[in-house]
Amino acid sequence: MQYLVSVIDDKSNSATPSEMTAIDAFNDRIQAEGHWVFAGGLASPATATVVDNRGGAAMFTDGPYLESKEYVAGFWIMEAPDFDVALKLAADGSRACNRKVELRPFL
Amino acid sequence: MREVAVREAITQAHHAEWARVVASLTRRFGDLDVAEEAAAEAFATAVERWPADGVPHNPGAWLTTTANRRAIDRLRREGKRDDKQREARMLFDDDPPEPLGVIDDERLRLIFICSHPALAMESRVALTLRMVGGLTVPEIARAFLVPENTVGQRITRAKAKIKAGRIPYRVPSAEDLPARVSGVLAVLFLVFNEGYLATGPGTDPVRHDLTAEAIRLTRLIRALMPDDGEVAGLLALMLLTEARHAARVSAGGELVPLGEQERGAWDAALVAEGHRLVRERLAAAAAGVPPGRYQILAAINAVHTSARDVRDTDWSQVVALYDQLVCLDPSPIVALNRAIAVSELDGPEVALAVVDRLEGALAGYHAYHATRADLLRRLDRGQESRAAYDTAIELAGNTAETAHLTRRRNELG
Repeated sequence: MQYLVSVIDDKSNSATPSEMTAIDAFNDRIQAEGHWVFAGGLASPATATVVDNRGGAAMFTDGPYLESKEYVAGFWIMEAPDFDVALKLAADGSRACNRKVELRPFL
Repeated sequence: MREVAVREAITQAHHAEWARVVASLTRRFGDLDVAEEAAAEAFATAVERWPADGVPHNPGAWLTTTANRRAIDRLRREGKRDDKQREARMLFDDDPPEPLGVIDDERLRLIFICSHPALAMESRVALTLRMVGGLTVPEIARAFLVPENTVGQRITRAKAKIKAGRIPYRVPSAEDLPARVSGVLAVLFLVFNEGYLATGPGTDPVRHDLTAEAIRLTRLIRALMPDDGEVAGLLALMLLTEARHAARVSAGGELVPLGEQERGAWDAALVAEGHRLVRERLAAAAAGVPPGRYQILAAINAVHTSARDVRDTDWSQVVALYDQLVCLDPSPIVALNRAIAVSELDGPEVALAVVDRLEGALAGYHAYHATRADLLRRLDRGQESRAAYDTAIELAGNTAETAHLTRRRNELG
């Protein structure tokens, strides 16, 4: 079972050196424990482009599809046997990156 | 007479077996929705059949078998491909009856999943009352004065979240257990309190259906976790509170404060049971197990219910217990209740000074103003007392409490 753990922030790429160290340590741990699938930081929503090709002629809109003060600044995709394990991983991830995170299961 | 006996048997089976049936079906089919619907159908079938066929020798086994068949029927009807394998297993895996311990364990799993900390409190309450308590959606809606479809949605969403997120159906690990138990107890305490001091201008001041249900479910958890001190504490607290219910509202529908209650009207059996539980926890505390907040609250209530007359109350003991509680829970509401005990021990003036310091945190809480009003009244500061009663009356949601506050205010010279 895979879970998306989104990091919620109002800035992008804003981790301090000590936060980076904690994130690296957390990543090492979840790789060693087999929970790691993928992770990454995202550039700010201002750099986003919304693409709509439903009509056959692709439309490009500059900016994010949703404007909000806080947004997804990065994420982990984790493998976990059940929700309680994922919840603990998310709690540890939140502590490591010193940000709120949102836990959401994949279908 | 026969019909009455059958109805009685069905009600009894519902109380005794509902959670068991839902819990065992949830384990077998891995789906709360299937378990709930099949259990409800099995009880509906019992209502249809038992009057004609007679009450089965083992109602629990009959209900579980019937519910299992209904669940298999439903999964077949839906004919989902990914269910095919499961269905095959279900059909050939005709489990012999589980040993009692395992089944009890399943009810515990059900209790824990319904009060999972990732669910909103209102969803936990609705889900627990439906899945463990066996209350219907309309019954829960009436209990909490919310529309039926709101309750229905809360339950549906909670079940969907449990399923999509794969919230596990198991008893938490020892490391997580205290926090998870306290989550379960918070749900039951909320149900009890809503029954004990019902809010809303149109409701009965005390809702016995809710207090009784909360006590019934807490007894169940007590039976499943006999060594947990906080479970015993909450049960004792509920029993000692419930014991006073007959004396708590006057014939005229007015709330009667503890100090003015007719103590002969207290339920002696409930008091005795509550005291036994408190003594059990005192022994554990003496052996070095520190009590949690429910155990301390139960002990405070035990002090009150030990006094034959309000003048015999050991207020220094009450204040000492509140001091212990403040260490665990330094919230302003605990400080307010402690101040009420202080007023009996050291007088209203000392207490008022404590209460006044809580204004910032509790200005919107009716009990803060009611307490101030009472202290000011005892200090012969009539005008200020009247103003405090006015605010308390405005903020109070319970009809019996409003009636009591109004009389007190009108008695001021």
